[in-house]
Amino acid sequence: MSEPWEDEPEGPVRKFMYVNRRAPYGTIYALESLEVVLIAAAFEQDVSLVFMDDGVYQIKKGQNTEAIGVKNFSPTYRALEGYDVEKLYVEKESLESRGMTTDDLVVPVQVFDKDQLAALMEEQEVILSF
Amino acid sequence: MAMLHTVNKSPFERRTLDSCLRHAVKGSAILLIEDGVYAAFKGTVVADKVKAALSDHKVYVLGPDVSARGMDEDNLIPGLEVVDYGGFVDLVVEYDKVQSWL
Amino acid sequence: MKLSILVNEGPYQHQSADSAIQFTKAALEKGHEIFRVFFYHDGVNNGTRFAVPPQDDRNITDQWTKLAEEYELDLVVCIAAAQRRGILDENEAKRQGKDGNNIAPGFRISGLGQLIEAGIQSERLVIFGD
Repeated sequence: MSEPWEDEPEGPVRKFMYVNRRAPYGTIYALESLEVVLIAAAFEQDVSLVFMDDGVYQIKKGQNTEAIGVKNFSPTYRALEGYDVEKLYVEKESLESRGMTTDDLVVPVQVFDKDQLAALMEEQEVILSF
Repeated sequence: MAMLHTVNKSPFERRTLDSCLRHAVKGSAILLIEDGVYAAFKGTVVADKVKAALSDHKVYVLGPDVSARGMDEDNLIPGLEVVDYGGFVDLVVEYDKVQSWL
Repeated sequence: MKLSILVNEGPYQHQSADSAIQFTKAALEKGHEIFRVFFYHDGVNNGTRFAVPPQDDRNITDQWTKLAEEYELDLVVCIAAAQRRGILDENEAKRQGKDGNNIAPGFRISGLGQLIEAGIQSERLVIFGD
């Protein structure tokens, strides 16, 4: 006997992109957009997460928020894989202009340059910015 | 599948217009709204950048936000098109999707 | 066409709420269907009925309420963002042990899934934020 939620019909699958352009902690956008991604995982859409501009700072290693008295939510990015959110992209130019490399990041990502990212954006059906 | 990009912040306050232009593919359109309309005028340090964008994109500016800010439509960069909120809606319908650069 | 709107900022602080209202009105006047207006981040503050803005200027919450009434709009305030910021309906107030509630008429509190559903079910999702 299957549970009610197991009988859910397969709905449409759309390409969703979450564009993260802001640094963490200075504003709430990074945290609350991550919360959307986690909830959205239940809907089994085709999700891509993009970190560009200051958004690359969201996934920087070594965040220690004790002294600012704010919860460190960067470990949550490592949980994304468990939610089947595996398509994470970082913009090459954004990383480089901030003196960073993928070694500085808490999660494995694909590095796309701005033109590759532009092409990826064009493929999407729903683009969410926060 | 052409995209409509909206930019709502002033190019002098934030680099959103830059980010948008760096990622907008040829054939996509850009709509300047709210403080973003300040990028639409002649004689600023971003005017050349916006003029150059016209070769790959249609660039629109939201008229109500222009008048609200006391800016002169006669001083708009030639080639930019003014739309009202109805026109904004039409653009959203005409293009396949919207990306808001905040 | 079926459109949804996402409002990321509170009333007055940013122009987002005003832009969203003007856009929504224009869309409805053109005969389009608004599937949902979703309020996230500080956008949930559009949904408090306790705001008393100066009489000689617009009352944004009232504008939303009237629009919702006239066109049977679905105005949804995100529960997670609302909890953070103190926007409650009667149920939430009871659940959280608060001594009052403040949700404005025409608004309802629900989960982030409603935003994802809006993205899936609508033909366009337009975002107003900062």
